[in-house]
Amino acid sequence: MSGGDDGGTIAAEYAVADAHRREWAFVLAATARIAGDLDLAEECVQDAYLAALVAWARDGVPHRPGAWLTATAKRKALDVLRREKVFRSKMPLLVEPAEEEVLQVPDEDAVPDDRLRLVFTCCHPALAREAQVALTLRLVCGVSTGDIARAFLVSEATMAARVTRAKKKIAAARIPYRVPEAAELPERLDSVLTVIHLLFTTGHTAPSGSDLVRADLADRALHLTRMLLALMPDEPEVRGLLALLLLTDARRATRIDVEGRLLVLAEQDRSAWDRTAIAEGNRLLVGAFRTGRVGRYALQGAIASLHAVAASYATTDWRQVLGLYDELLKVWPSPVVALNRAVAVSMVRGPAAALDEIEILEQGGRLAGYHYLPAVRADLLRRLGRHHESAAAYRAALDLADNEAERRFLVARLAEAVDSGSGRSSEG
Amino acid sequence: MPQYAILIYSPAPADPMDLTPDYVELLERYPAQVEELGGRAVTGFALQSSTTATSVRGDVITDGPFIEAKEVIAGFMILEAPDLDIALQIARLNPATRDGGAEVRPLFVPPME
Repeated sequence: MSGGDDGGTIAAEYAVADAHRREWAFVLAATARIAGDLDLAEECVQDAYLAALVAWARDGVPHRPGAWLTATAKRKALDVLRREKVFRSKMPLLVEPAEEEVLQVPDEDAVPDDRLRLVFTCCHPALAREAQVALTLRLVCGVSTGDIARAFLVSEATMAARVTRAKKKIAAARIPYRVPEAAELPERLDSVLTVIHLLFTTGHTAPSGSDLVRADLADRALHLTRMLLALMPDEPEVRGLLALLLLTDARRATRIDVEGRLLVLAEQDRSAWDRTAIAEGNRLLVGAFRTGRVGRYALQGAIASLHAVAASYATTDWRQVLGLYDELLKVWPSPVVALNRAVAVSMVRGPAAALDEIEILEQGGRLAGYHYLPAVRADLLRRLGRHHESAAAYRAALDLADNEAERRFLVARLAEAVDSGSGRSSEG
Repeated sequence: MPQYAILIYSPAPADPMDLTPDYVELLERYPAQVEELGGRAVTGFALQSSTTATSVRGDVITDGPFIEAKEVIAGFMILEAPDLDIALQIARLNPATRDGGAEVRPLFVPPME
């Protein structure tokens, strides 16, 4: 092999990897419409990427790699469908393609809907949440089943079975490959946003497992939200979600200290927060609130924004944070929101008032097993100087927490509580 | 068009003679709504109260529905609909979903040779 060939091969490999990251969703979505079957589409798209490695090394990287890949994958799909007339008759196409449409060179800007179709199909409410997440990563992001399995701490066989089962249900139950109509859009969009948010929080909070894979999940979620916003620029909640993710992610570098210990919001080095991300998040929020149709993501984003712009934890505009939590509870009456609201209550009306709210939540029972509930209770008791009770609550939180960084944080707080408690004989 | 079974679940014993007048009124409007949404009811039946059910497992015959539950199958229909979204919209309009529920299952079509 000559030096020139090597150069071509390396350039081709780089271009294919780049196109995989950027164009996978576009290529698969366009191919799925022709194939009428996600499995077949996936196979053809994988073949097209393999073919690109060879063809681009030989002929150079095409001007529009995504168009090249789409045309190649569509042609492969059409070949298969022609060969298997039987297949075609038993699996009528979800959307009948016109022959000329198949062969024309696709334009990324002209048919953006295909990617939306794909996203809405993957996040269809008839699929279990975990299947929605797996399908979105596999089909929209092109992440390998093995990597998805590692990110969610299940075996590759389990994840492969999950993806296969979901794809079979889409075919057997005829989950349509289309963007929902206006009337059903808010509900269906919420399902998409929930999946993306779940991807992000899995990456951001890292319940356990390898950090590297997890960081990749957070990046994937950001990328997906940007894509969604480009496709649905008029949806304030998409804007709100992107703002929320950016404003939360801006703190990524400061959430853990050099020893891997978790730093709570009050302890983080605010000067190291990503100001560019914060500025972008704030701009997006202004746009979302201007529409007057804000939902839970824009409201959560606004809360994250108040934290992002505050000079310190103590000087945060807690009154406004509390007001936003009140609004958030109206649109999203979740006990987790109520728990976070209790923290804001403690900053406005004091820890004793917040403790009352926590007791209501404990009686409700819906947060049983959620380690943040005893952790918040422990912190409130600590601030009230009730160290023995605080230590007991930290122990309860430790029993429930899995993440190593969070456990170390709780162990340190527990030790402080025990020390303070033993220093005050009146309490013992 | 694909066909779906819509299995209707209602609080036991799901006696159709106990249906309230406004429930009956909703039921009477249902066929027209099915058509409007682009579906076609192939057939549909209500069942007598689950107290009339008899279950058979192996050689054992027992009184009552197959699984003891708060909700029992009250009826079923076979629906033709263009896709699952339409089938779900139709199922959602069934008055049984107010105090019970409906399960939507595609009918099995044997694969062709």
